[in-house]
Amino acid sequence: MIYTDILIIGGGPAGLSAAITAAEKGADVILIERDDILGGQLVKQTHRFFGSKNEHAGTRGISIAEELKSKVFANDNIEVMLEGTAQGYYDDGVVTVSHEKRYKKIMPKKIIVATGASEKMLPFPNNDLPGVYGAGAVQTLMNVYGVVPGKKVLMIGAGNIGLIVSYQLMQAGVDVVGIVEAAPKIGGYLVHASKIRRAGVPIYTGHTIKEALGKESVEKAVICELDENWNEVEGSEKELDVDTICLAVGLKPISDFLIQAGCEMAYVPHLGGDVAIRDENLKTTNDKFYVAGDSAGIEEATAAILEGEVAGLSAVIDIGCSEESSENDRNEAKKQLADLRRGPVGKKIREGLKLAKEGKNAGKNRYSNIS
Amino acid sequence: MLEKTGIATSAELEKVKPSKERLEKGAVAIAECFREIPCDPCYHSCPFGAFDEFEDINDKPNIDHEKCTGCGICISNCPGLAIFVVDYSYSEKRGLVKIPYEFLPLPKKGDEVSALNREGKEVCKATVEKVEDDEKKDKTAVVWLSVPKDKVMDVRNMKVGE
Repeated sequence: MIYTDILIIGGGPAGLSAAITAAEKGADVILIERDDILGGQLVKQTHRFFGSKNEHAGTRGISIAEELKSKVFANDNIEVMLEGTAQGYYDDGVVTVSHEKRYKKIMPKKIIVATGASEKMLPFPNNDLPGVYGAGAVQTLMNVYGVVPGKKVLMIGAGNIGLIVSYQLMQAGVDVVGIVEAAPKIGGYLVHASKIRRAGVPIYTGHTIKEALGKESVEKAVICELDENWNEVEGSEKELDVDTICLAVGLKPISDFLIQAGCEMAYVPHLGGDVAIRDENLKTTNDKFYVAGDSAGIEEATAAILEGEVAGLSAVIDIGCSEESSENDRNEAKKQLADLRRGPVGKKIREGLKLAKEGKNAGKNRYSNIS
Repeated sequence: MLEKTGIATSAELEKVKPSKERLEKGAVAIAECFREIPCDPCYHSCPFGAFDEFEDINDKPNIDHEKCTGCGICISNCPGLAIFVVDYSYSEKRGLVKIPYEFLPLPKKGDEVSALNREGKEVCKATVEKVEDDEKKDKTAVVWLSVPKDKVMDVRNMKVGE
């Protein structure tokens, strides 16, 4: 049995920041990460971040990953388990982890779940043809492994991910033939959209993909217009010659571990799906568990880093090994989060967080009584 | 329109454009950032205090064009690549547009390139007058393009080799 103060599941921006914050306050931390590198989605985010100057704004995601990683590895209070997967939570407080071909038992005082998100899929005929990718996969291929996914790409989704990955495809020399967005308006930041538009890529708002065509792999994509009721406009079909269709149609929180541990969940569409009901300090209904980052609700990495700080400080405070400054630090992180979410683009998040706090839409009945 | 296509309308552009008198005086920055997003590096990057302080991080940038010297430091500090510098005083016939540019190969001084508008369409040829790509730019180069004066407000991108 391995004993520790805080176990953090997930080595992305939220988990890294939680680990650093808690360890700096003197807590012993074990950080487990399924991948063989730390950084989560940051390792492929070659673009500069928005947000406040205090929280890495203007810095590229890849540089933020390096900064957080070096802080983690420099801190003696943090033990990192790479290629480690949390397998389950037991009622006696034990978390089982597969790591280095062993099945390990960890007994933490507190657990922070920062497992991130997975990509949503879009149903359309032939969406199983080779050449249909998730945007995350495309970004990993290009920016981590230096492999381009194809020569001519159609992007589905004009949220920030669709816009950013389109731009990065162009930077890699790939032809982006267009961006299709079912909503009548561009969902991502308009500065990203303008940047792609002035590079000559058309953005088809109010359009959807009807089907992919091809024998062995994608050869064409058929798109069509949608009317104001989201119905296909007859005769508006257009065939585009592409070998790659990239789906950037949203993310959903990875909540399996929280559900298995018996944390009360709520379905909150504003946050991307099932999220743990939690208080403003990110503690769930299970006294041992905290959430941070995309697994707590889909946002961007700056918010994930701040949530990691809040969750890390909450765990430290609740264990009782904190310094007096922890409360102040937590208030400061919470204030910065509120600032970030105050504007019009944070409206959906604010509404979603309210639901997640109140436990409205609680979907307890949708899960078997595991714990 | 902007929300449907990504292309700013002339009404939106008018709101952020410096006065005619200021434009004639020389280099000045224009922030083509039209929606409130949580972002403030432009304010922090300006050594002349030309960006109004952000009361809320979601505020849109507001440039005091009298304080702005057109130095262009803000260009590569803007995560949205939405800031440009224009200079109508560059020469008698030609004006200058400084744009952020993150594609390879980078152009070289003296190159003739295609100057593109906000839709990505070529509006004229441009001459590359300077490429700023030092460490501080952190891979967001700033390319100085000279173009005919009547194209200064249209040119916002470039393409090498066409």
